[in-house]
Amino acid sequence: MKRFLIPLGIFIVLVGFLAVGLKLDPREVPSPLIGKPAPDFNLPLLSDPARHLSPADLRGKVWLFNVWASWCTSCRQEHETLLEISRQGNLPIYGMDYKDQPADALAVLGSMGNPYVETVVDLDGRVGINYGVYGVPESYLIDKNGIIRFKFTGPLSREGFDKKILPLVKELQK
Amino acid sequence: MRRWTTFLLVLWLPLSAMAGEARPVAEDPVLEQRMIALSEDLRCLVCQNESLAGSRADLAQDLRQEIREQMRAGKSDQEVIAYLTQRYGDFVLYKPPLKPLTWLLWFGPFVLLIGAAGGLYAYLKRRTSRLADDSLSEEEKKRVTDLLANNGNK
Repeated sequence: MKRFLIPLGIFIVLVGFLAVGLKLDPREVPSPLIGKPAPDFNLPLLSDPARHLSPADLRGKVWLFNVWASWCTSCRQEHETLLEISRQGNLPIYGMDYKDQPADALAVLGSMGNPYVETVVDLDGRVGINYGVYGVPESYLIDKNGIIRFKFTGPLSREGFDKKILPLVKELQK
Repeated sequence: MRRWTTFLLVLWLPLSAMAGEARPVAEDPVLEQRMIALSEDLRCLVCQNESLAGSRADLAQDLRQEIREQMRAGKSDQEVIAYLTQRYGDFVLYKPPLKPLTWLLWFGPFVLLIGAAGGLYAYLKRRTSRLADDSLSEEEKKRVTDLLANNGNK
């Protein structure tokens, strides 16, 4: 009887490891930018290319930086969530139109609604690289001192936002 | 005369075929080699089982271009790798760096090997000592010699 206990124990441990491994999402790459200052940029606005926006302009507020594009289908999925967040007015959302045609992006905002205070345009994806963007949509929570506190990859859902991001927003806004 | 003009014009036609010659991939083949050698050890974040050198994802192309430009600007391989890990983390490296977090990854297999060898050694030692203990008692020895002596004669 005792001789079966050891293989059984090893088997149970192995099953445990595999069960945890199944639940991990390989697409979620931990960002090394958490806790670091948001990379600087000075990009033209989608609404008015003559004006520019830089993260330094947003010092003193907690804001959500949402990287999106008109060609990105899963961005449409989270659009409704973003609209709800912006309607609640607790957290300003700034968008970055990533490797996109500004006209297409404007068309999407025109037809689906605009959740963004402003959207900046990253035509060649250079700023995206600085933020470690590898798959839009991606969202960064940036605090009053311009430090990235949280990164979410993939389309935001209402539950995901309420559970993972909202409590952190409240804490950071104190 | 007109026919001759047409003939001469037709003779010129093949010359236009020379226009569409393939352009070289990069102006600097040495730099391109260096870029490919480096990006073969880097992971493409979009298609995670592909290297940055082999991936046709949009981001991989952008990153290859970025590496190319940084190399052209005189950056060393280490500096380029540091640039990428600052943005994408150690995840981009196919060869993870040695640090406390990756000790298990680097040394785990050796620990397992040493553990297994130790276990095997202990098991074999126990087995031989058990075999050595299986010597016969005086009475059994007598029976054996008796049996051997009477071999064939019941």
